[in-house]
Amino acid sequence: MDFINAIIVLLNYTVLPALTYGSQLALGAIFVTLIYGILRFANFATGDMMSFGTMFAVLLTYYFQSKGISFGFLPTALLTIPFAVAMMIFYMLLIDKTVFSYYRIKKSPPVQLAMVSLGVMFVTQAIIRIIIGPTDRRFLDGEKFILKATEFKEMTGLNEGLTIKSTQVITLVVTITVVSIMFWFLNKTKTGTSMRAYSDNEDLALLSGIDPKRVVMITWIIAGILATIGGILYGLDKSYRPFVYFNNMLPIFAAAIVGGIGNPYGAFFGGYVIAFAEIFLTYAYKRFFVYLLPESLEPNSLMQLLSTDYKFAISFSILVVVLLFRPSGIFEGKKI
Amino acid sequence: MRQYSNVIAAYSIMLALIILVGVFQSWSIALSIFNYCMISAVMTMGANIQWGYAGLINFGIMGYTALGGLAVVLVSVAPVPEAWSVGGFNMMTSLAIIIGMIFSIKYILKKIKKSKKRNYLISAIIIIGLILIKLISGPAIENIEAVEPAKFGFLGGLGMPVLFSWIVGGFFAAGLAFVVGKVALGLRADYLAIATLLIAEIVVSIIKHEDWLARGVKNVIGLKRPAPYEIDLQTSTWFINLVEKFHSTKLAAISSLSEKQDLLNQLVIDASSIYVKLCFAGLFLVVVIILLIITQKALYSPWGRMMRAIRDNEEAASAMGKNIVKQHLFIFILGSAIVGIAGAMMVTNDGLFTPGSYRPMRYTFVIWVMVIVGGTGNNFGAILGGFVVWFLWVQAAPMALFVINLLTAHLPETNELRIHLIESAPYFRFLLVGIGLLLIMRFRPQGILPEKIIKQ
Repeated sequence: MDFINAIIVLLNYTVLPALTYGSQLALGAIFVTLIYGILRFANFATGDMMSFGTMFAVLLTYYFQSKGISFGFLPTALLTIPFAVAMMIFYMLLIDKTVFSYYRIKKSPPVQLAMVSLGVMFVTQAIIRIIIGPTDRRFLDGEKFILKATEFKEMTGLNEGLTIKSTQVITLVVTITVVSIMFWFLNKTKTGTSMRAYSDNEDLALLSGIDPKRVVMITWIIAGILATIGGILYGLDKSYRPFVYFNNMLPIFAAAIVGGIGNPYGAFFGGYVIAFAEIFLTYAYKRFFVYLLPESLEPNSLMQLLSTDYKFAISFSILVVVLLFRPSGIFEGKKI
Repeated sequence: MRQYSNVIAAYSIMLALIILVGVFQSWSIALSIFNYCMISAVMTMGANIQWGYAGLINFGIMGYTALGGLAVVLVSVAPVPEAWSVGGFNMMTSLAIIIGMIFSIKYILKKIKKSKKRNYLISAIIIIGLILIKLISGPAIENIEAVEPAKFGFLGGLGMPVLFSWIVGGFFAAGLAFVVGKVALGLRADYLAIATLLIAEIVVSIIKHEDWLARGVKNVIGLKRPAPYEIDLQTSTWFINLVEKFHSTKLAAISSLSEKQDLLNQLVIDASSIYVKLCFAGLFLVVVIILLIITQKALYSPWGRMMRAIRDNEEAASAMGKNIVKQHLFIFILGSAIVGIAGAMMVTNDGLFTPGSYRPMRYTFVIWVMVIVGGTGNNFGAILGGFVVWFLWVQAAPMALFVINLLTAHLPETNELRIHLIESAPYFRFLLVGIGLLLIMRFRPQGILPEKIIKQ
């Protein structure tokens, strides 16, 4: 019985949150990696682009709520996804047309494009703050829990409760759906194959008649979908705050590089690596060991490897270690 | 002379703008903008050495700035004897263990050939060392942080003059740059950017959360100053006499004695803050000029030519027998040290160390905009970039407010759009800086003052 209790503690406080956070990071990381693989630059506006899409979801949620439209027990924000994605894609294509395409046609070095993306980052951040302001916003409605701790205890008769939040399930389901559709698209359709060809060897792809404009446009469209959905899921699970989204760029980059930048499978996996490392290394294992060990051996301290203040620092340290020993990432990078 | 005409023109416009602020807003604001412009200029020079001379991207400016600030605390604050007596010995032991770990790993790396055994040995040393440190430092940290937490709760510094800390800040930053350079300089440009960005974040999070070191997010206030304090100035007779002399015509116009005294008091208070800022401005100007002379000399020396050769064609330079790895590391350390000095200057100017305020937006990305806008590879350009962008960054909000008021003048005071826009005026600085960067990148990619190669 104690053993099951210990497992439940771990599930409740580490595995479930890590899976949720990992999915959110994974969506962002695939976004980074797609841009890097096909458009060939590190996009420093990543966090703010995700924030931009989420902003529309928040505003539309408020609008729908004022009109009395709801999605039953699911959050209204899910209804707004198509509209938010459309706005996001429009913004991305606009930015590409006015800013990035000039440097792409000139064949500027990737560094210059990265610097340009800094400018886009500033502008996007300004627009977001002017429209919605810098404050913290919660836009989750509908059922908050699928399974409450007390219900679980009654059902199983265990000491420890397992809480399943609806946002956790929504995040996992939506992520798996979106990512599998995307991988199917990249691997099985003709357009997807042409995108991979373009990523592998641009000149060869152009020779075989692939239209670069189309590839770029579809890349931005996929990126827009991933960025918006990733942002909305994060916002539903935690809350929406522009500054936090900007900061999320850092673990997302870490996830993309750890997985091997340019490789979507790697990025997907990297998101979970970063999330699990962050949560497992900063969790206080005292309760877990109280169940497992005999009473005489019970730990006095919190049994915490690192304080939760170092959450971010952990993902960055993993990144540094990976860069040192395997600069191309856990999976081989620069492929798509 | 003619080749410098655009430099002179650009600097005169900048100076005129600051003087306009002095005339229309206040001289105190103008001087603080001027001081911050100079601090930004020093940071920009550091980044420019790395990017402009050698083509290395360092997105870790924030980390070096924070280390420079930390140096001010560790050098100038008086030591806290109680904290040292309860935890000093343990902390020093931990430091010794860290040094021991580094040397033993170095020894192993040198003596044992690359093998699984070596990897296990190194990881064993690291794990044992970390456990030892945690066991030894844990209780000591608790004790140190318990010493008058509202006032101290940290080990304190060395109690030395604050100007000395500017040099120490440079050395701190150089030390970090050495480690980062060893780890990350082999990476491709955009990887290097991301790696340095994240390492800086690690440094700041350590400074933020290790309270025994510099109080973390509880901040250190009331740091020493290389300039006199306003309160002292307001009570010293020579200063009051000076102010009286300066404003003699204004004072003579008032007949009533009490009114005259009131006005004089007010003038003395204003003048004291301006005087302090002028002292800082003088100090900063000295630093900027010294750095400018050194960097200009370096840029046009054989060494500077070699760096440009490495930047423009690594393979060719390598074929000529130049050690690229070594030179990259050297210039990375040099640039970072200058950024560290700037960080120390900034904390000295503010008189307080607030680790919570170090954010990549303000301390990395804005500095990079300065480098690009000013002119990469040109020291005069770098300084100008620091001035222009900082000026925009500070003055964007009042400018935006003015424009908003002008555009919405026909709307009633209670109009929601108008209120919303007025409330969001501070965020127009991001818009202004972003659009400025995009325009410069598009139409003048070398910056306002482009790099000049003097043929000799």
